[in-house]
Amino acid sequence: MTERNAGAEPKAGAEPEGATGPTEVLGSGTRRRRLGTPRLRAGVPLPLLLPALLGLVFLVLPLVALLVRAPWRSLPDQLTSVAVWQALRLSLITATAATAVALVLGVPLAWLLARARFPGRRLLRALVTLPLVLPPVVGGVALLLALGRNGIVGRWLDSAFGVTLPFTTAGVVVAEAFVAMPFLVISVEGTLRAADPRYEEAATTLGASRFTAFRRVTLPMVAPGVAAGAVLAWARALGEFGATITFAGNFPGRTQTMPLSVYLALQSDPAAAIALSLVLLAVSIAVLAGLRDRWMAAT
Amino acid sequence: MTNTDTSPTEEATPHTDGLAARLVVDRGSFRLDLRLTAAPGEVVALLGPNGAGKTTALRALAGLTPLTEGALRLDGRTLEEPSHRLRTPPEDRPVGVVFQDYLLFPHLTALDNVAFGPRCHGVPKAEARAQAADWLDRMGLTDRAGAKPRALSGGQAQRVALARALATRPRLLLLDEPLAALDARTRLDVRAGLRRHLADFEAVAVLVTHDPLDAMVLADRLVVVEDGRIVQEGAPADISRRPRTDYIASLVGLNLYQGRADSHTVTLDGGTTITTTEDLTGPVFVAFPPAAVTLHRDRPDSSARNLWRLEVAGMESHGDQIRLDLTGELPLLADLTTAAVAELSLHPGRQVWATLKATQTHAYPA
Repeated sequence: MTERNAGAEPKAGAEPEGATGPTEVLGSGTRRRRLGTPRLRAGVPLPLLLPALLGLVFLVLPLVALLVRAPWRSLPDQLTSVAVWQALRLSLITATAATAVALVLGVPLAWLLARARFPGRRLLRALVTLPLVLPPVVGGVALLLALGRNGIVGRWLDSAFGVTLPFTTAGVVVAEAFVAMPFLVISVEGTLRAADPRYEEAATTLGASRFTAFRRVTLPMVAPGVAAGAVLAWARALGEFGATITFAGNFPGRTQTMPLSVYLALQSDPAAAIALSLVLLAVSIAVLAGLRDRWMAAT
Repeated sequence: MTNTDTSPTEEATPHTDGLAARLVVDRGSFRLDLRLTAAPGEVVALLGPNGAGKTTALRALAGLTPLTEGALRLDGRTLEEPSHRLRTPPEDRPVGVVFQDYLLFPHLTALDNVAFGPRCHGVPKAEARAQAADWLDRMGLTDRAGAKPRALSGGQAQRVALARALATRPRLLLLDEPLAALDARTRLDVRAGLRRHLADFEAVAVLVTHDPLDAMVLADRLVVVEDGRIVQEGAPADISRRPRTDYIASLVGLNLYQGRADSHTVTLDGGTTITTTEDLTGPVFVAFPPAAVTLHRDRPDSSARNLWRLEVAGMESHGDQIRLDLTGELPLLADLTTAAVAELSLHPGRQVWATLKATQTHAYPA
């Protein structure tokens, strides 16, 4: 029950562009297309059709507004400014690093949740899912209390290794990973649950240890799910705002990622904010297109 | 049940080589309790209806399902003995398994599927692939080495699965319904091929099936399992001649009755008698094939001692024969030709007389 709900969530989050919805319906399959138009007029009751269209407009309108109001003429200048590239580069690096962290830690965690049997597994899953619904700002505060210079672990990190995470690029990665990893875990766990565990059994009868069975049989078989989870996590990390600004602050070149610079630019230079937003929108669309080709069709 | 309490150390040790096991697995209300022994080179078939515990037994042998009690020894080495807290994990057992739906790794080619086992046993990659190629060659699959499992036909997949299991050179080969996933035509070919490979196999092979034909063709010895325990075991011919339960009788297509013999007459529980050729006393089984029964519309004048008044309850075509399900004094199955059925104008509800020659019956002590 829980995993089904949670499994649906990241998908909803991955396609904020409602515009892809109707084109997909019309474009999928000849039978659909043949029935499509007449059905729409004849069969859909008005009380459903009206709010549906309104919802569609609601989702698409802001994006349209973004395109309409974009300072197309000054766009090349805006986008080639050092500040934009700095923020974009930082965003791409940190989101990728956060995804790597989420993969290394999240895939084993997903395996644990899907395969191992131990008491408190449900509680553990709930804890893993919590950052999905937790306001990111709260996540940032919590990270400060844990890994901040005076945090329960951060204090020890500081004194023992001289490592401080808050207000550093590494801190951005930590904040993004904290928020994005649950997406990956839930996605991979769902794929693992759907995968037949008897393949692992078959591998053990051939002499593979459980880890070898996981590495050489299970992991390749769930690769599409892992890739999907990674893309979701990456997209989430790229857009991360609340936890990042709370835990890592807002230092240009060091912790100021794209979403932060969009927010700041909006107060001083709205045209720049729009330009930056367009870049993020383009990246999102690219991600969505990548998802469709790579694994959405496969699942 | 009587010898459940004997210590596991002193039981199940008749052979030094081969398989000696007492498998006890408790699963809620279901309890599997089998004693299995097999010499190297022997092929044993576990035959039984669905839910009898055959697959559980196979999983227990492979180490995929832990034993609750008992012991499992292979070539004198104890692989599992719960009372001694001894349990070898599946990856350390010299056991190969051919799963019912093969479970070939979908992301690996046929060759890499077969090489998987040797690789896990530390064989260098090139050598493992050479061995795998050799196995595929023996299975006549050299040209399919590069194919992914989904591109293989059912029969090919079965042979790749067999090659994969054999490539680790197991001392115990387990086959779970090896032919169940195949269509009737492929089945014939694969069965013949499998028989050849099993005959060549020098260690113990245990196969699980619910198909008596597979069991009889492939195995040297049948172990019939019902409800978690062995109801009969022996050579295929022996079991089909002397079935001990309704299940086995219907499986091998025999009518089977239990009664009390007094010389040539066997009296069943209901009072019906069957005349036999064997001279026996005491509790016996009487069996006869459905084809031995003759049906008549009117009471025949013949001297047949076995004469019963019956009613047709059901008819089912069975090859070019029609198998009739008859109820009455002695419920039985009878096989008639289509012509005979038409001539007697038989239909469900029809009253008939059935005769059976004593020489066609087979009685044996219960």
